[in-house]
Amino acid sequence: MARAISTRRQITVTILAWVIGITIFFPILWTILTSFKTEAEAIASPPSLFMFDWTLENYGEVQERSNYFRHFSNSVIISLGSTVLGLLIAIPAAWSMAFVPAKRTKDILMWMLSTKMLPPVGVLIPIYLIFRDTGLLDTRIGLVIVLTLVNLPIITWMLFTYFREIPGEILEAARMDGAMLWDEIVHVLTPMAIPGIASTLLLNVILAWNEAFWTLNLTAAKAAPLTAFIASYSSPEGLFYAKLSAASTMAIAPILILGWFSQKQLVRGLTFGAVK
Amino acid sequence: MGSIKLNKVTKSFGSTQVIPPLDLEIQDGEFVVFVGPSGCGKSTLLRLIAGLEDVTSGMIEINGVDATQTPPSKRGLAMVFQSYALYPHMSVRKNIAFPLKMAKLAPEERDQKVENAASVLNLTDYLDRRPGQLSGGQRQRVAIGRAIVREPDAFLFDEPLSNLDAALRVNMRLEISELHQTLATTMIYVTHDQVEAMTMADKIVVLNAGHIAQVGSPLELYHKPANVFVAGFIGSPKMNLVTGPDAQAMDAHTIGVRPEHITISEGGGTWTGKVGVSEHLGSDTFLRVNVDGVGTLTVRASGEVALRHGDSVSLIPEEGKVHRFDADGLAMQ
Repeated sequence: MARAISTRRQITVTILAWVIGITIFFPILWTILTSFKTEAEAIASPPSLFMFDWTLENYGEVQERSNYFRHFSNSVIISLGSTVLGLLIAIPAAWSMAFVPAKRTKDILMWMLSTKMLPPVGVLIPIYLIFRDTGLLDTRIGLVIVLTLVNLPIITWMLFTYFREIPGEILEAARMDGAMLWDEIVHVLTPMAIPGIASTLLLNVILAWNEAFWTLNLTAAKAAPLTAFIASYSSPEGLFYAKLSAASTMAIAPILILGWFSQKQLVRGLTFGAVK
Repeated sequence: MGSIKLNKVTKSFGSTQVIPPLDLEIQDGEFVVFVGPSGCGKSTLLRLIAGLEDVTSGMIEINGVDATQTPPSKRGLAMVFQSYALYPHMSVRKNIAFPLKMAKLAPEERDQKVENAASVLNLTDYLDRRPGQLSGGQRQRVAIGRAIVREPDAFLFDEPLSNLDAALRVNMRLEISELHQTLATTMIYVTHDQVEAMTMADKIVVLNAGHIAQVGSPLELYHKPANVFVAGFIGSPKMNLVTGPDAQAMDAHTIGVRPEHITISEGGGTWTGKVGVSEHLGSDTFLRVNVDGVGTLTVRASGEVALRHGDSVSLIPEEGKVHRFDADGLAMQ
């Protein structure tokens, strides 16, 4: 009897998981399919899912009209740059909070998280003015800075939970074995924390890659990443679904591939510390 | 060389003082056991000696040199942790070689020492495994191996056997004692298990709430406990402690008799009571006897005893084996 219930439950859960998975993925699938349609077919009603004349003309036209590779390289520089800079700041911060906690460590962690509760638009004007006055508008360095700040709380939190899982006794053992602080970090802590650092890096590259609010508001042409590239096909052009879809597909493809190959690492990173 | 001297050492966490001023001398080559109930400060004391905690005041001398401010890596001590604290990302070989690598020894010399330690500890076949692939006892051996390769002035053991099962614990206890005899290096061993303390130590330091309750050889503590705390803590089963008229009759606040120093008599005795629970170990029988007005007394009878639950017995404490304590709990002559 118990077995029958558990089998039935398993089937239900499996079906539910597939339904949720497909529901979540459907818009992306639809976008990818639409990118291979002509503009006429893209707005045809009723729409056809697979039965249409497959064409690559949208991709050609998008590449002709705007420089994909310039946006792509901006995206790469901004997302990697902000992640690396963020890690450089967050590793020592998380380190000290995990291994030398003070009375207010918990409060600091909560305060950092609370900065994520503020709607970004609330600080758009001051940041825009600061960027304008310091000449950071439409520069990659400006975006690297702002995205570092936006993602820093998450990077620090993730690393903090990772580091906290490393037993303090192992570090003490290293000290007793004659390791100075530097040896302790290089030979013991870093190798043990590498999976954590790697998944934090991956998640943040993805967050920074997809970030659309600041990248759209603080760039015009020179530093515009792929988010701006997609946006340039939406409103002013009217209803050009096929080209917009082609642009979106081109923009999400690199991160989709990266995510696919690193999904194991990512899932581990996101659930780490949740179950002991 | 491995003498350690603590001079008025104190330790406070915030406003709580866990170690009140404490003096202790440990001679070179001694096997010293810190024993006491949980929270008595024994691990803290060990960590102070290791340098993993800073002393609040006082001085720690190692080999006659003030080491109070010396970082743990420079104290020349090796420590074996309760959790073993092995490096999970390194093979057994690299774990054992780690202190030698930190000491910048040449790779050939390192390998030589690791091989030696591994053969002493029966780890040769496991050198290329990771700690995660070893059993508890093997991990403990690796931790010991890591400690012995660096030839420290003293070994510090922080409850090293408490994660092992009972049979393995007895084995490892013997192995550590043998190791001490081979190396003749100072060893400081923390445990809450008084049997470990009694069987391994040259000198036992009994701690109670951060204070040293008594220092002495195992037999000194057994025969001449300085206070009620030590009397009750050392010995298994526990010493019977009796207060009230029976104690007053002997001019004491509390009297103590060990279970092995009580004789069961057929006729009359000092105490008469009814047998409660009895534990048959084959070699001995432990009887819990409920005596009116006194409480439950434990009696150790050798061999097998044909007494049953509810039987009435008389008990006679052995002459000259009764310990007397005053109202402050201190032993009286």
